[in-house]
This record gives sequence, C-alpha cells and structure tokens, in this order.
Amino acid sequence: MSRIIKYIVLDILRNKIVLIYTLLLAILSWSVFSLEDNSTKGILTLLNVILLTVPLVSVIFSTIYLYNSSEFIELLLSQPMNRSKLWWSLLFGLNISLLLSFFMGVGIPIIVYTQGDIGFMMILVGLFITAVFISIAFLSSILTRDKAKGIGIAIILWLFFALLFDGMVLFLLFQLADYPIEKMMVGIAAFNPIDMARILILLHLDVSAMLGYTGAIFKDFFGTTLGVFMAFFILFLWIAVPFWISLYRFKRKDL
Amino acid sequence: MIEITSLYKKFGKLQALDDINLSFNNGECVALIGPNGCGKTTLIKCILGMVMANKGIIKVKGQLISKSYKYREQIGYMPQIGRYPDNMTIGQIIEMIKNIRKSEEPLDEYLLQHYLSRDMFDKSMRTLSGGTTQKVSATLAFLFNPDILILDEPTAGLDPIASEILKDKIITEKEKGKLILITSHLLSELDDLITHVVFMQEGQVKFHKTISDLQQTTSEEKVSKAIATVLRNKMYESYH
Repeated sequence: MSRIIKYIVLDILRNKIVLIYTLLLAILSWSVFSLEDNSTKGILTLLNVILLTVPLVSVIFSTIYLYNSSEFIELLLSQPMNRSKLWWSLLFGLNISLLLSFFMGVGIPIIVYTQGDIGFMMILVGLFITAVFISIAFLSSILTRDKAKGIGIAIILWLFFALLFDGMVLFLLFQLADYPIEKMMVGIAAFNPIDMARILILLHLDVSAMLGYTGAIFKDFFGTTLGVFMAFFILFLWIAVPFWISLYRFKRKDL
Repeated sequence: MIEITSLYKKFGKLQALDDINLSFNNGECVALIGPNGCGKTTLIKCILGMVMANKGIIKVKGQLISKSYKYREQIGYMPQIGRYPDNMTIGQIIEMIKNIRKSEEPLDEYLLQHYLSRDMFDKSMRTLSGGTTQKVSATLAFLFNPDILILDEPTAGLDPIASEILKDKIITEKEKGKLILITSHLLSELDDLITHVVFMQEGQVKFHKTISDLQQTTSEEKVSKAIATVLRNKMYESYH
C-alpha cells in the first residue's frame, strides 16, 4: 500500500498545482502577519481567507485528480490489487500532499508569528478542513461517471458550505428571532464543517461577544474541553462518513 | 481453470449477460466471438473483477473471485483499448506493475524485447500511437508468465509484423499448457490458434464447441469458414 501511496504523492507533486497552492498560501500568510501588528488580528484575517480558499482548492483539486486517475485505477485493478486498498491509498496520497502544503504555507508563518494555543488550534482546524473537503471530493467523484457533473457537484457543495449555509442560517435567525433557538444553533452548526471550524477559532480568540447571545451559548458549549473534543469529533465524522460512503460505492463500481 | 455458473449482469435496462455457464481448462485456446455489444468484454471484465456481476459464481482455479483479488496474479490481461496514466512513461508503468506483482518467478521478456526498445522507455504514454499502446498492453499481459491469458481484440491496431509476433507467442504459451481466452472479430486470424469456440449473442452463450467438432458438423477445413457456415445457417439454434 505504501508503494502505491508513494506513486500517488509523487504524481501529485509533479503536477505543479499543489506547489503553486503552497506558495500562494505562504504569500498570503506571511503578508497578513507582516501587515497586522497584532497577531490576533492577523489570525482573524487569515481565518476568513483560509475558510474560503482552502475548502475550494481541496475539493476541486481532489475531485479533478480522482477523475483523472481513472486510467490509473483501471490499470491497477486489472492487476492483483485490492479495491479498498487502492481507494485508501488515493485518500492518503491526496491528504499527505494537501495537508503538507497547508502546513508549509500556513502552519509555518503561524508558528513564527503567534504564541500560545490559538496558533496551534488554527493549524489543526485548517488541517481538518482540508481533510474534510478531500473526503467530500471522494464522495462527489464517485456519485457520477461524468467528470463535468462530478466537478459541478463539488463546486455546489463548496458553495453551499462556504456561502449558502450561512445565508440560510441567518434567514432562519431573523425569521425565528422571537423564539429561543440559540441552543438549536449549536446543533445546526454541526451540519457545516466550515462553521464548526470558524466557531472553534472565534471562541478561542475571545471575540465571541460579537456573536451576541448565541455566542454566549456557543461559548458555554464549545468553550469547555469537552466541547472542543466534540467539535473535533464532528469534524472527524465529516472526514469519515463521506469517505466511507465513497468506499462502499467504489467497491461495487463497474469499470 | 475458470468456471462460470449462471452469471447475470444488467446495465440499467440492458441485460448484458444472461445466464452464462462456461468452463475452461488449461491447454485450451478459446475464441470468444459474437457481434458487437454481445457481452464479450463484459464477461471478461467480470472474470477480472472489474465489473461486478448481479448474480452468479465465477471460480478461477477453484477460488471464488468475489472473495479475493489475489487470483489476478494468475491472469495476464490485455484490454481492447489500453488506458494508461497520461503522464507516466512506458518504463514507469512497467516498473510500477512489477512492483505491484512482486513476482519471484523470472519474467517473460520476450515481447518486451521484440516490441519495446530501451530508448522508448522514456516516452510518456500520452505521446504513444494506438498500436504502440497495444504493444505495451501485450507486453504487460505476458510479462509475469501467468497461467491464464485474457486477450481482448489483441491484434486490432497492431502492424502485421507485431501481430505475427503476438500470434507466435500465443501459440508458444498454449503449448506450455496455459489457458488463453481471445476475443476477435477477425476470424481468419484465429485459424491456427484456437482449440475451442464460444459464440455469444445478446448476452447469451449460443454454443461452446471444440474445433474438431465444428469441422465435422460443417465439413469445412478452415476454422474461419466453419464458424461462418454455422453463423450463416444459424446451425446453433438446433443445439438449443
């Protein structure tokens, strides 16, 4: 299995997009931290940019990569090669390359410029979000044989989680402003990995007051150690469940 | 070596394989023939585990294929249209398959030497012509000395010299007691190769006979003519 992973990682690295992505993340992070004198403000700016770009690049790149690997997959499956092993290898290969590039691009400047656990939290959340959207890419690429459709699904999912979901929640909030829905918001947030990530960081920055009463409820829940663990567990589910569904379908797929 | 029992496969509404029962033994060279879309390639892909049958059992060397993937070590497969990663070179592909197979036995480099010169190894798959891609497929199929060879339209796209080399190689392997499954439209190509014929139509096996049997019933010497006679007179319908 490690041999296959090596082939995949080398193949991804040879394709320069991941290197350019790393470089862009690095330029972004270094410039944000050198522009802001306060590292907390830097983290906040970075958070917003990262929560938009990292999911987009992870999901689109991985989806296209999986579609372009169809020949590779077909070739290997006519050889003595286990289907689930191959699918896992693709998962590891994509994760290793994209997580590494996130760490090189964003992780290193954060370590250099920030102190304490907020920087650590930021890196961890970024890595989780990358992995979540790689898993979502696995799901969208197995749902249809049509490459254009698959990439379309990936983009729509990104659009939904990055923009539409918040709009819908906001709408809900205004419509139901007279009812005590604050506790429900914690549950609703779990349905969007990007929101989970944002809440985790904001609560560690002590700017949750900006979120009003809902913020206080969030603080109550996610501020505790148990809450943080819960949040990461939910993010983990976001990695595991889409991949598991895709694995189930891949094992039964006709090539 | 290969046993297929009541195999069914549906693609949407299309019944691609409809109750296939076949059994092949070593030393046989079986020609799988039939009109386009009759299910030949689907059957082959079912044996390779690339297409999942809806119902039915396939055993390779007594092993149920649904339970394992190791049985593919015994099979060399040459696809009809070889699809290879664009950005890998011929050398890298061969090296990678060698790595996956981890075969201890000596490699059979006959086709490698006849088809691919050393300086071609750095060519990337994207730049290859259809014929050269077929040569790579053939090389890979024979390289690991498998007991079963499955060749889907092996000579389509090959030049006459290459196709002659391949035919000689197939005969050599057959004489070693291997099982060889060939699909082809060019009946005349098969003349001096095959020992059995399987004729498929609309996902069903219409007949499965030895060559001598076929020659007797049609009183034709040439295999291609014998098959043509059977098909023209729809003689297989009486066997049903």
